[in-house]
Amino acid sequence: MLWLALRFPSLPLETFTRGVAHPGPLAVASSPGAHAGIVACNSRARGHGVRPGMPVAAASALATDLRILTRDPAAERAALEHIAAGAIQFSPTVSIAPGTGVLPEVLLEIGGSLKIFGGLTRLWKRIEQELESQGYTFSLACAPTPLAAQFFARAGLPVRIQHGDALRAGIAQLSVDVLGLPSGSDTLLADIGVCTIGACLKLPRAGLARRMGQELLATLDRALGHIPDPLPAFVPPAGFAATLQLPAPVEEAGALLFAFRRLLADLCGFLAAAGKGAQRLHFRLAHEDRDDTCFELNLATATRDTEHLVTVLRERLERLALPSPATAIALKALLLMPLAARNLALLPDAREQAETIVRLIERLRARLGENAVHGLDTVADHRPEYAWRIDASIGQNREPGTSDRGAWLPLSRPLWVLHAPRPLADVDGKPQQDGPLALIAGPELIESGWWDNNDIAREYFVARNPAQSLLWIYRECRAGGGWYLHGYFS
Amino acid sequence: MSSALDTVLQHPAVWRGGDCARVVVPSVPTGFAELDVLLPGGGWPAGALTEIHVERAGVGELQLIMPAAAHLTRSGRWLTLVAPPHVPYAPAFAAHGVMLSRLMLVRPATADDGLWACEQALRSQVCAAVLAWFDHVPERSLRRLQLAAESGGAAMLMFRPTRVAPASPAALRLHVAKAQSRTLVRVLKRRGGEVPAPVALDLHGMAPAHVRASPPPAPCRARPLEAVS
Repeated sequence: MLWLALRFPSLPLETFTRGVAHPGPLAVASSPGAHAGIVACNSRARGHGVRPGMPVAAASALATDLRILTRDPAAERAALEHIAAGAIQFSPTVSIAPGTGVLPEVLLEIGGSLKIFGGLTRLWKRIEQELESQGYTFSLACAPTPLAAQFFARAGLPVRIQHGDALRAGIAQLSVDVLGLPSGSDTLLADIGVCTIGACLKLPRAGLARRMGQELLATLDRALGHIPDPLPAFVPPAGFAATLQLPAPVEEAGALLFAFRRLLADLCGFLAAAGKGAQRLHFRLAHEDRDDTCFELNLATATRDTEHLVTVLRERLERLALPSPATAIALKALLLMPLAARNLALLPDAREQAETIVRLIERLRARLGENAVHGLDTVADHRPEYAWRIDASIGQNREPGTSDRGAWLPLSRPLWVLHAPRPLADVDGKPQQDGPLALIAGPELIESGWWDNNDIAREYFVARNPAQSLLWIYRECRAGGGWYLHGYFS
Repeated sequence: MSSALDTVLQHPAVWRGGDCARVVVPSVPTGFAELDVLLPGGGWPAGALTEIHVERAGVGELQLIMPAAAHLTRSGRWLTLVAPPHVPYAPAFAAHGVMLSRLMLVRPATADDGLWACEQALRSQVCAAVLAWFDHVPERSLRRLQLAAESGGAAMLMFRPTRVAPASPAALRLHVAKAQSRTLVRVLKRRGGEVPAPVALDLHGMAPAHVRASPPPAPCRARPLEAVS
């Protein structure tokens, strides 16, 4: 067994700041009101002299532009659950263990995953990249028991201990602070001159148990692997919905995209763990004094590629008119489809090309609108207007070669047809366009369509105008008559 | 001695004034031998901007590119049409051999959106050619398209009305007009050579001959059969 502990020391702060690239001075207070204490503050607030533990009133006096937000334990818990859900892509055994203070830690059993990810170093790097893209600061530590991994992570030591002997030597040097003892016990240990876990382990067990309680001994034994330490497994939710509070209202599309990128990274981690892809996403932007702005993204195929989703969203955000700045954003996956991971090919293959065209289409549609991009197909019908159709499902499920149905038509059809036939002037029964037209081929009588009440009866001709252009014109055979221009032989 | 000189002159980097340099330009054959010999790479230049100035609709400018379009789509590459002025008639495209499943139509609301769409398609590396119809395009945008075409290795064919003819960064500029029922193609600008004499192509020659009753697709007629007497 090999356990990896992920600790997020700045989580109370980062639930607010990870959606912003360059946050201003910011501090998080334990509760609303001037008497509450500061729990965490960012580096800019630290520059003004603000420190955790300070009362809110003192902190506001130090920095006038300091934003003080109230800690949101529910958002922290949700953030940890999203991290844990994403971590399932690296290990099937994930759990959220209580940490020191009130900060929980995420634990992964990675002993079984080393081989598939190509060793501990690579896996470590993958997990680091994943957490960085989600916008968290973190400390990782790896040890044979979950509790020991937690201890090292709390001490901020990125150790990779894989064997029991090294564990005993390493853990002996840690301060007793990492044990997370109740406040009475740690002063008692300090009073008798015990500062490290090593010193603690040297004390006689019976005396230690009598003075400090059985709990400390049990903790040390679990950390060293002398007694088992079963953990409740984390069960990921079936769907994905996440919210991100913004520390200050945001209006600019680029800043919104930065914030959404965080949520999309969360989403893609969740999808990778679940072996799924998202096809429909629902975005919501909350405003201070108005109704929320909502929009959806419909993708042609399910995906879990953060960069692709960000590109599509960028185009969509550019078209979005915000009534007022957004104070919070939310993302929900509406349609999840199974999406298997696939092997990488040495050379780009047909499937990869199909994927690229789908991405291009999605990007174009995100900016130009759903209906602005489409394909063409032929329909077996004699009526010129009904012999083609718009193909909205372009780029998908159509194997090359299925649309050769129009090949029976001779070259007597023009490449351009007009959106609606245009009436031509008629002088002595001869059609005119920039002068009299010479009929050079025809007539081709098309009389069809009695079954759907759009029947036509027309005599089509190929005509040449004095400027030498070839036109496709027809004479209406029904009541009214007259000549019409229908297309150009361009 | 002279054979040694010939070897030197064969080198693609050596350009001799007076003839079209035989530079190796990646290109797509137009399908018209008379036209191919006039073009530096022997076809539509891939990875470059080509302007086709059209005198008026109906002179055969689309038929000029149909053989190349058929060839590209049949080999599985994509063709994108941006802002076409009329409806591209699917049966006629199919009859010219274009594979419709490899054809994408983009109808932008504004010219800016259209230019953006062209650039995206060119850079995507999945479109072999982008055909676009614009009236007025700022020179800066033309340069952008030229760069996008270079980076994506795709042919950008831009159809423009004849009255627009200021200087342009296009690698190839053609003028298409009609003369005595033949399509007259004039090269206005090409890389590596002076302007050659115009070439007349008989594009419509076969079209009228085909106007006859065509084999129908056998529409399913739901009329009841008459009783045989």
